[in-house]
Amino acid sequence: MFKILNLSNIFFWIERLIGFINSIFFILLLVALSFALIFSPPDYLQGDSVRIMYVHVPSAWIGLASFSSISILSIAYFIFKIKNIKLITKSIAPIGLMFTCLALVTGSIWGQPTWGTWWAWDARITSMLILALFYIGFISTHKFIADENKANKISSIIAIIGLINIPIIKYSVDWWNTLHQPASIKLTGESSIHSSMLMPLLLMFFVLILYCALIFLMKYKTEIIRIKKKNLKRL
Amino acid sequence: MLPKKVKKRASLLAITLLVSVTGIFFILQSLSKNILYFKSPTDIKNNQNIIFDKKIRVGGMVKKNSLIIKEEEIKFVITDFNNELNISFSGTVPNLFSEEKGVVAEGKLQDKTFFIADRILAKHDENYMPPELKDMMKKNAK
Repeated sequence: MFKILNLSNIFFWIERLIGFINSIFFILLLVALSFALIFSPPDYLQGDSVRIMYVHVPSAWIGLASFSSISILSIAYFIFKIKNIKLITKSIAPIGLMFTCLALVTGSIWGQPTWGTWWAWDARITSMLILALFYIGFISTHKFIADENKANKISSIIAIIGLINIPIIKYSVDWWNTLHQPASIKLTGESSIHSSMLMPLLLMFFVLILYCALIFLMKYKTEIIRIKKKNLKRL
Repeated sequence: MLPKKVKKRASLLAITLLVSVTGIFFILQSLSKNILYFKSPTDIKNNQNIIFDKKIRVGGMVKKNSLIIKEEEIKFVITDFNNELNISFSGTVPNLFSEEKGVVAEGKLQDKTFFIADRILAKHDENYMPPELKDMMKKNAK
């Protein structure tokens, strides 16, 4: 049973997966970007600035999804103390931080021409900023605390507390008056975004997910190499 | 069965989470007035002690046929479909500002029905569609 958890086996599968994703990633990226930037129609109100959404929305989704998975894995780590989980969460965190910042920056660039301001302290934007701070807290505990066990414990507590912020971000636009518009794509019911724009959006989301997987696998590989250097055969 | 240590950690975690969720819930509850990015005309009408010398933000829909653009002043009425508020503004407006669209105005209340804004933000709604479709919808509406 533990054979599959053997680090050499994991390593072998990671190598193969990276190769596979690399072979399709750039073609899919070109297709998705050309749909998002060239073939999709401009918006009736915003014109071409709607194209920022094709990066902004998937980035925000990925930022939220990464943090949720880090939190849930951290709960498992905190209870069962499986070291491998910590390697995984450590590899996801920088990706999540990057996409959260990307969502904030692209949102700001979009906000200037449409709303008339770069930044607004409304509930959605502020809670998204808090998410970025949680990511920074999570990553920096591993950088600043030398004792590994202690760092693992503190960072998983940060991630678990941060889980409360996730529903606040999601529902902030429904609970309070915000400058940010409510969600266009709903889990139930019809989405208020036209299909000619929804298709490139989902395509971009898929491509960015592939990109995340690629970076995650590379980072995870590095963490495994680091463990191997300490001469541990198994986690 | 799970070892005792694991059970202990799980219950510790459950209690911590429960305490922090209730804590944050009460914090948000008491802050909820401050979290609101803008007040609606109804909020202003119902509020007994309005502060006139402090900047606030009001928001709503720009009422149809209420927009008057003069040389140095823009006047319009915002509505939340229950109550209305007159707004006066001089300056540049964002691209998306128009009638029957959401708007947030920052400035000072003069009295309960009149507001002088020194900044206008346009609020975008959650609808995205190509221009041809919008034209078709307009034709169908006629």
